[in-house]
Amino acid sequence: MKNSHEKIEKNVGLFFLFTIFAVSIGGLVEITPLLFQKELATPVDNLKPYTALQMEGRDIYIREGCSNCHSQMIRPFRAETERYGHYSVAGESVWEHPFLWGSKRTGPDLARVGGRYSDDWHIAHLTDPRSVVPESNMPAYNWLNTNTLDGELTGSKLETFNFLTRNRSHKDENGNAIPLYTQAEIDGAQEAVKGKTEMTALIAYLQSLGNALK
Amino acid sequence: MSSFWNIWVWVLSLGTIVGCFLLLRMCLKNFADVAEGEPTGHVYDGIEELNNPLPKWWSTFFLLTIIWAFGYMALYGLGNWTGLLGWKSSNQGILSLAESKAKTLEYLEKDSGVLVQYDREVAAADAKFGPIFEAYAARSIEDLATDSEALKVGQRLFLQNCAQCHGSDAHGTTGFPNLADKDWLYGGSPEAIKETLLYGRKAAGMMAWSGALGGEQGVKEVAAYVISLSGRSVDPELAKAGKAKFALCAGCHGPEGQGSLAMGMPMGAPNLTDNIWLYGGSQRVIEETIRNGRAGVMPAWKDILGEEKVHLVTAYVYSLSQD
Repeated sequence: MKNSHEKIEKNVGLFFLFTIFAVSIGGLVEITPLLFQKELATPVDNLKPYTALQMEGRDIYIREGCSNCHSQMIRPFRAETERYGHYSVAGESVWEHPFLWGSKRTGPDLARVGGRYSDDWHIAHLTDPRSVVPESNMPAYNWLNTNTLDGELTGSKLETFNFLTRNRSHKDENGNAIPLYTQAEIDGAQEAVKGKTEMTALIAYLQSLGNALK
Repeated sequence: MSSFWNIWVWVLSLGTIVGCFLLLRMCLKNFADVAEGEPTGHVYDGIEELNNPLPKWWSTFFLLTIIWAFGYMALYGLGNWTGLLGWKSSNQGILSLAESKAKTLEYLEKDSGVLVQYDREVAAADAKFGPIFEAYAARSIEDLATDSEALKVGQRLFLQNCAQCHGSDAHGTTGFPNLADKDWLYGGSPEAIKETLLYGRKAAGMMAWSGALGGEQGVKEVAAYVISLSGRSVDPELAKAGKAKFALCAGCHGPEGQGSLAMGMPMGAPNLTDNIWLYGGSQRVIEETIRNGRAGVMPAWKDILGEEKVHLVTAYVYSLSQD
């Protein structure tokens, strides 16, 4: 028998193709079917779209890199749920673009931080974390108190989310999709956030987290 | 999962494993045109390649991983088949807490044939710790406040959930009340503390007064009067003018500034005569408070901790102001 291995050993292009094929099998089995599963497209019953202010707050959360140190994913272990509450489920994240689950916890998980602390506490904590948690190593974000929003892009952001979630929104009694935002909400978005501080927006976002699973 | 994706998963998974086995079998044969152990004729930098077979230990381990894969799939399932163990890490398709609870109960039944790892873990912990919390919940808060074991549990819960605002010593900080000083905004009885913990408190909210007081001068006058209430010396002229305007404040803080609690109203308006200051007692801060208003919020813990744990935290907080 001829050494047929020589064909791939001496042909890097072919070898590359075979490698890609071999490596992709895991993804084809584990990821592709998920993309077509109902539970990844069905929002939990009480999921509400972010308000214009919360949406801006979310973008500040992304800008400041909060997800580098804070996860938003409670795993199904008792040690976690005792501290953070019910484990995260798929239906809570169906409208997230991009999702902010994170992968590292220098600080605590924030998936259900909404309502856990008062707004005043968040202001004190974001302005100077050590004023309320002496051993904290979180950086201070005091500029959030002075930066204000102009809201120029807020309406477009809501529109974009309408588009991104078009197949995953709530349905009315006739089974028709209900868009996340009405035209009036999109039109009024700039007015709703204009002049508010970034602190207000970020806290609005944080207070909205994790309240959908009721 | 639809039957298409079910078949997809089965075919690809089993196909890969069978493919790996066939590849191994092929590689175990000598398919070079040279006898085993003889030079293949490849020489690089003076190093000669021999036609050696795959190492036995390596090919054996490869075979073992294939057998392992079949065993793993048999136990943990493939596609829509849940496997011999019926194992799941958690219930993921749920859309509400009620649904989550229903599924947990359904699968916890012995003959459901499904083992939800998380639910079993919680059930085991509940069986162990549940009776302890239940026994504590049956006792009165005053009683628990003298039980050092109960207080230890309460303190741990406090450190985990309350210390972020009230401090690990419960002495509070600016804007977050000291819980150990016998000065209460909403009442220090066991019942009042428990209510505060369970349902939270939202201060009626002190509005911004600078407008109603006629601007900065009015703010200064009222601040002077408020400072004088706790016996500190102030400009008597200012305080006198402030006293006249204090009628506006008396609705919540009481005519003598003794606070809403003294008048039996759970509004959270502090006593202004005891020289205990939630937001700071300097002239500057008091003026700022009057000028811009304040509104403290205590979150509700009923849904997060549950009544039994709140009962213990209540006992701990109550014990802090008992001698």
